Amino acid sequence: MTHVLRRLVLMLLVLWAIASILFLMFRLMPGDPTTAYIDPTFTAEQRQVVLHQFGLDLPLWRQYAIYIGNLLHGELGLSFRYRAPVAGLILNVLPNTLLLTLTALVIAYIFGALGGALLAMKRGTWVEAVTIPLVLATRAAPEFWLGMLLLAVFAFAFGWFPSGGAVTAGAAFPSALARVTSADFAHHLVLPAATLAIYLQGLPLLLMRANMLEVMQEEFITMARMKGFGEWSIMLRHAARNALLPLVTAFALGFGASVGGNVVVETVFSWPGIGRMLVDAVASSDYPLAQGAFLLIAAVLVVMNAVADMLYGVLDPRVAHAAG
Amino acid sequence: MPPAETVALAAPRGLAWRRLPSLAIVKPYATVGIAIYLVFALIALFAGRIAPYDPLEILFAPDGQLAASLPPSAQHLLGTTNLGRDIFSQLVLGARPSLAVGITAAIGVASIGTIVGLLSGYFGGLIDTILMRLADVVVGIPFLPFVIVLAVLLHPSLTNIVLSVALLLWPNAARVIRSQVLTLRQRQFVEAARMSAASELRILLIHVAPNVLPLSFLYASIAVGWAILTEASVSFLGFGSADTISWGYMLQDAYASQALSRGQYIWFVPPGICIVLVVLAGFLVSRGYEELLFPKLKD
Repeated sequence: MTHVLRRLVLMLLVLWAIASILFLMFRLMPGDPTTAYIDPTFTAEQRQVVLHQFGLDLPLWRQYAIYIGNLLHGELGLSFRYRAPVAGLILNVLPNTLLLTLTALVIAYIFGALGGALLAMKRGTWVEAVTIPLVLATRAAPEFWLGMLLLAVFAFAFGWFPSGGAVTAGAAFPSALARVTSADFAHHLVLPAATLAIYLQGLPLLLMRANMLEVMQEEFITMARMKGFGEWSIMLRHAARNALLPLVTAFALGFGASVGGNVVVETVFSWPGIGRMLVDAVASSDYPLAQGAFLLIAAVLVVMNAVADMLYGVLDPRVAHAAG
Repeated sequence: MPPAETVALAAPRGLAWRRLPSLAIVKPYATVGIAIYLVFALIALFAGRIAPYDPLEILFAPDGQLAASLPPSAQHLLGTTNLGRDIFSQLVLGARPSLAVGITAAIGVASIGTIVGLLSGYFGGLIDTILMRLADVVVGIPFLPFVIVLAVLLHPSLTNIVLSVALLLWPNAARVIRSQVLTLRQRQFVEAARMSAASELRILLIHVAPNVLPLSFLYASIAVGWAILTEASVSFLGFGSADTISWGYMLQDAYASQALSRGQYIWFVPPGICIVLVVLAGFLVSRGYEELLFPKLKD
């Protein structure tokens, strides 16, 4: 229990530190602090509201206190481009990013677990000699380039899939739920999810293979062999089950990292997610939106890192004991 | 791949550079990796002589027409872009920024990681706590978003990309080197040095540091690939240095110029393959190197 508690405290500390680093980064910009929150084209009224809300006429330390206070209330300022509160804008696109990431991760981990287990059984054969460099190559390929290849072949040459967006332009849906469960959404999801999945499957695959090879050395496997179980039964019921545990923590870590890493895939496929929103905001100097999107991406990463650590302790009690 | 923490428990033997030649012979993967590195290093070195054209020059056909989107030919091995630039020349010169970013970032990551790991592991106490909590914070910063924001707040350049890669990727190296130092500190030769009244700094630099260098080298070879991928991604997103022709820039140019819908594969496939090869080379070298350093892990 103390292990979990300590991890939660560390998580909050890290979140606070990252928020502070971001505050400093945007104050280091040339120009006065108002450039980070107030666009020259704001009306005098909007200007006064934001000036007051963020205390931009106050000394730096007061600004910092107000900034942290605002964060705790989810107040992230007003987007320059959309003239709307940042918090609403980023929460609006977050589901798109989460759906894309989860779809890709689930496919990648199912494929990786099966492929890794098979590869462990093929140890020392030519299958292994060919597959491992191939898997490493998928990890070496830039995600956006994989996306470009899929786009060129399956969207432009064959015309099987749309070339961008999450739904057909102009399509209307009765509710947000109806939108994401529509065939149109799924059709748009295929290429970006496939790109991400190709990039992500290498890690679970190599991890599963290494775990399988390790587990197969254990005594209980020898025991199962002596009991006369079939090879497949031993592999699936005894070895694979145990080898799967580390993949659970890798999944949590992968989820946290992907939400931030998605920026390029979302940009290639014009997927209306938080990564693309960050890129657009940075490119158009929409600083409040950029800060908000960055903070949300960082929060997901930090929370998932903590979840992975805690899962690690729950799944393998030896770790929690060793850590005290 | 074994988890990093267990890697650190086995003491590495011998110095990093002495092992390089034997590495190439023992491990076929590593040999391939080193060969790829050598080929691209030569291309980068002689890029000016290999490239037939200035990569940004707008070319015209003999009849005065713009030489736009030409198919591959003897004059233009990979054809031309929609603005009449020679793709092969861009590809050849693109090796330079990619390798430069990869190598300098690797040196940065390995240096910070080694110094932090040494100080943290050797001195322990408050220094250790502060440095390791700092590592926890850095691990919580989303990598690519940070590089993009920093590139824009400062100004887009190769130096800033190297800087942000070095600033964010050191924690893994530092943690592993720290645990290595923790075990080294208990070893008899360090004990002996302490008995003979060697200063702390001397023990750290002469007795401990050389023994963690192989690990520094391992993390450097992993960082090369990360840095090159990062440069490509940042250039693709449009935050790269404006006056540098890199493979990432070429891909961005091709994407923005509708090369995908025209099916001009010869424009955007080769730069991607070059990136894959160089990054893959780093993976192969580090994999072979890891097995050589820690033979126990060979399954």
